[in-house]
Amino acid sequence: MTTELIIAVIITVVGASTPILIAALGELVVERAGVLNLGVEGMMLVGAITGFVIVFTTGNHYLAIALAAAAGVATSLIFGFLTLSLSANQTATGLALTIFGTGFSALAGQGFSARPVTLLGPLFPGLAGDPVWRVIFGYSALVYFALFMVLAIWWFLKKTRAGLILRAVGENDLSAHSIGYSVIGVRYMAVMFGGAMAGIAGACFPLLLTPQWADGMTAGRGWIAVALVVFASWRPLRLLVGAYLFGLVMTTELYAKAGGGPLSAIPSELWAALPYLATIVVLVLISIRRDASTNAPACLGKPFVPSN
Amino acid sequence: MTINRRTILKSGLTAAMLPLLSSVAFAQDEPLKVGFIYIGTINDNGWNYAHNQGRLYLEEQLGDAVETTYVENVPEGPDAERVLRELAQSGHDLIFATSFGYGDYVLKVAQQFPDVKFEHATGYQRADNVATYNARFHEGRAVAGTVAGHMSETGKGGYIGSFPIPEVVMGVNAFTLAARKVNPDFTMTPVYISTWNDPAKEADAARAMIDQGIDVITQHTDGPAALQVAEERGIVGGFGQGADMSAFAPQAQLTSIIDNWGPHYVNAAQAVIDGTWESKDSWPGLKEGEVQIGPYGPKVPEDVKAAAEAVKEGQIDGTFNIFTGPINDHTGAERVPAGVTLTDAELLSMDWYVEGVNPPS
Amino acid sequence: MQFRLERRPEPSRVMIYATPVAAVLLTMVVGAVLFSLIGFDGLGAVREIFLTPLTNSFKWQDLGVKAAPLIIIGVGLSISYRANVWNIGAEGQYIVGGLAATWVALATYGMTGWWILPAMLVAGVAGGAAYAAIPALLKTRLGVNEILTSLMLTYASVQLIYYLVRAPWKDPMGMGFPQTRIFSEAARLPTIIPTTIVHLGVPIAIVVALVAWFIMSRSVFGYRMRVVGAAPHAARYGGFSENKTIWLALLVSGGLAGMAGMLEVAGPFQRMVPGFPTGYGFTAIIVAFLGRLNPLGVIFAGIVMAITFVGGEVAQTTIGLSSSAAGVFQAMMLFFLLAGDLLVRYRIKRVQPQTAGVTP
Repeated sequence: MTTELIIAVIITVVGASTPILIAALGELVVERAGVLNLGVEGMMLVGAITGFVIVFTTGNHYLAIALAAAAGVATSLIFGFLTLSLSANQTATGLALTIFGTGFSALAGQGFSARPVTLLGPLFPGLAGDPVWRVIFGYSALVYFALFMVLAIWWFLKKTRAGLILRAVGENDLSAHSIGYSVIGVRYMAVMFGGAMAGIAGACFPLLLTPQWADGMTAGRGWIAVALVVFASWRPLRLLVGAYLFGLVMTTELYAKAGGGPLSAIPSELWAALPYLATIVVLVLISIRRDASTNAPACLGKPFVPSN
Repeated sequence: MTINRRTILKSGLTAAMLPLLSSVAFAQDEPLKVGFIYIGTINDNGWNYAHNQGRLYLEEQLGDAVETTYVENVPEGPDAERVLRELAQSGHDLIFATSFGYGDYVLKVAQQFPDVKFEHATGYQRADNVATYNARFHEGRAVAGTVAGHMSETGKGGYIGSFPIPEVVMGVNAFTLAARKVNPDFTMTPVYISTWNDPAKEADAARAMIDQGIDVITQHTDGPAALQVAEERGIVGGFGQGADMSAFAPQAQLTSIIDNWGPHYVNAAQAVIDGTWESKDSWPGLKEGEVQIGPYGPKVPEDVKAAAEAVKEGQIDGTFNIFTGPINDHTGAERVPAGVTLTDAELLSMDWYVEGVNPPS
Repeated sequence: MQFRLERRPEPSRVMIYATPVAAVLLTMVVGAVLFSLIGFDGLGAVREIFLTPLTNSFKWQDLGVKAAPLIIIGVGLSISYRANVWNIGAEGQYIVGGLAATWVALATYGMTGWWILPAMLVAGVAGGAAYAAIPALLKTRLGVNEILTSLMLTYASVQLIYYLVRAPWKDPMGMGFPQTRIFSEAARLPTIIPTTIVHLGVPIAIVVALVAWFIMSRSVFGYRMRVVGAAPHAARYGGFSENKTIWLALLVSGGLAGMAGMLEVAGPFQRMVPGFPTGYGFTAIIVAFLGRLNPLGVIFAGIVMAITFVGGEVAQTTIGLSSSAAGVFQAMMLFFLLAGDLLVRYRIKRVQPQTAGVTP
């Protein structure tokens, strides 16, 4: 492999990884607060159509990203209201949210097929053309946003008081409640943050990867994001590694097939199943090590019911 | 429980009788009801979109004489059977099933509704009231391959497909044969992505090709994703599939292969109205206008245009067939002797690649 | 004036039955208004989606066939959820059950004999149960969250179908299309009402639900599942093993999902195709909740969901409503239903403003 090809592969991997990284970062915060929102795919699709429509009508990519985030928040509030205020079952509500997002985005997208938009350009156009520096500086703002958010979330969870409270709410909601924190309030914030990130992740599809709208265009990446959070054992820095690893798996298949070589003999179905199988393996490894720091948040998926 | 069972039984009997009633009630001067079922949504920028354009063309051409209905997102399975029956029961006289996997169910439902005509796209099983239809897309591929052979600088082409079904293999082979008539060193790499609807994966496949020296890309997955990447990267180019996609890639689209289902839909509907419809396999191509070649892109020089037009005209007047031997397979062994042309049946079960294709493992 | 929620000492029996009905009615009203506001034929949509499938006797056979797998899987899941075991990988267990049955059908291709269908059924149940045994093993041995493992396994199983029908099981006469050959006569499920599509799976679904209801409400097994689910600590004192319950819950729900997979592949499909996973396993999760985790309720819930699927297609043919709009209707109904859950467990009380401050 030449240096040039390695750089090219890295650039493609970064692109493919960015939406799952952004969506998974949001879901990580949600899960650390003890909530399992399986509606990521649905929220991403709502973000994707919103981002597409805004960039199509205004041509402003940053406005599109902002409104995609807002649309994600709005969608996540359906989930939040049902599971937090009405303590409905999170699994069922998340699935319903995906059904909703898929249907809603297709409905809103009617008439927008066969309409091209433009991708968001590189953040540092001066350096993006350089054959070597572009591997670091050649990306659009969405890629740097994802990287920034990895650090921001790591810092938030590890170093801030608010992060501590959020983790407390996810680990032991009853004690958090008894010392006076609003469990429901914290979880609402987390769910809304997850919605915003899923919305932006969805907007990556028309703005970063393929400048068009097609029904269901996220094609299951929301579920990969859910797997990724688990794969990363709920740690932001591992999530970064995991996202690029998943992205590498997703694109290596294509590079191998397009270029020939021994890897191209692996059936595509195995490539596609690999992220999920790897996630199960990680789950098993975590459990065997019995390392408390890598366990799932204790309250994950359980509704909070204050005893009164 | 017995009451329940009896009511179900009764409903079954009524269900069996109703088709007779409905065909009796159908009067001659009412518009012909034509139904379509699509595997995806009409906003897929591709296959289903093109069929829906054909439906709209049918409405436009025959006006009040027809009334059309479509059902989208119908999975290839028992759900299709239900939808087909729904259309037949609600008085549709002609039903187009536009995806291969509907075949079993078209035959089943057609048996129950002998008065309703069915047409199954890309299928091969027929019955008295079931016809099949397809388009000779490979004729368009031969034109595109000619352009690619002239224009590719690296001599490497890529082909993004969903699954290696005969129709796709035919396309790969026609493209490669045509390109190698111009440039004998031209090679073709097909990449199958195992999905019909994942534009981001198509785009990544295109990136993987371009990064490894492929400078002409064509695709069988219908969406414009690969072309958009070609435009963004500034490679020699690619080809619109299904429709003119110059809006997505004004520079990179060298030309496009347009699926024009409209005329077939008009002919079939007119034949039912006239009482001349019969079960057959129609497989029209460039000659009948069912496959069209879109405008050439700005990069295509005049002499290349002329060469491509010659291939097109040759296929229209019957003097040129891309699948006439000598043709070697990818190992270099002769597969079709000189002067022999592959039959339609041989094309429809094609599972081998011609020389110059790097076969996927 | 303010309201606050007060937990009911016992779940309200009235609300258990009233809320699903209210959810459906509310969906019809809100859906009609909303869709009219954004320029659709809202009333028509409600009529076609919710009423036509019931009033048109043609559609009953479709409802039965569509509801049967939802009911069978939903019954299994409701047993599992009662025991507080969150198997959400029924789709994967359905797939593996279908694949196991396909394997038998292909191995016996061309043979005749009454035993082929029962053998397929056994294979289907065993396949589904075996696939559910993976999360069970990981949960009981290592404490791995079954929600996550069962979900991940579902996505892996989808790829397994793609691989099998593309390569080893591909129909030799199928023109290269990725699908198996059509099963021979002996491996196809018979229809039980002549001239309809109602196959043996439909009565089996009803029987499964009735048996499950009887076991859950009348037997020690059912009692144990409910106790472990409701109060794991108390159950431990009562000598009920939590691990045993996890195993039972997953094997039963996985086995039933596998049974549904066998009935689908031998009934409506009659061959294995890439389109075999139609989301029944996921929809059945919703069916289990809509049916209040009660096998009898699941029968009705399965029929209601079947109505919205069948009705969604009717609405496309009759009033041109897009499939995405039907999806939004379905989601709306689920939201109302999930919201209604609250009223089962809580009552709404009017309180004086000054006490409102202490509302958590």
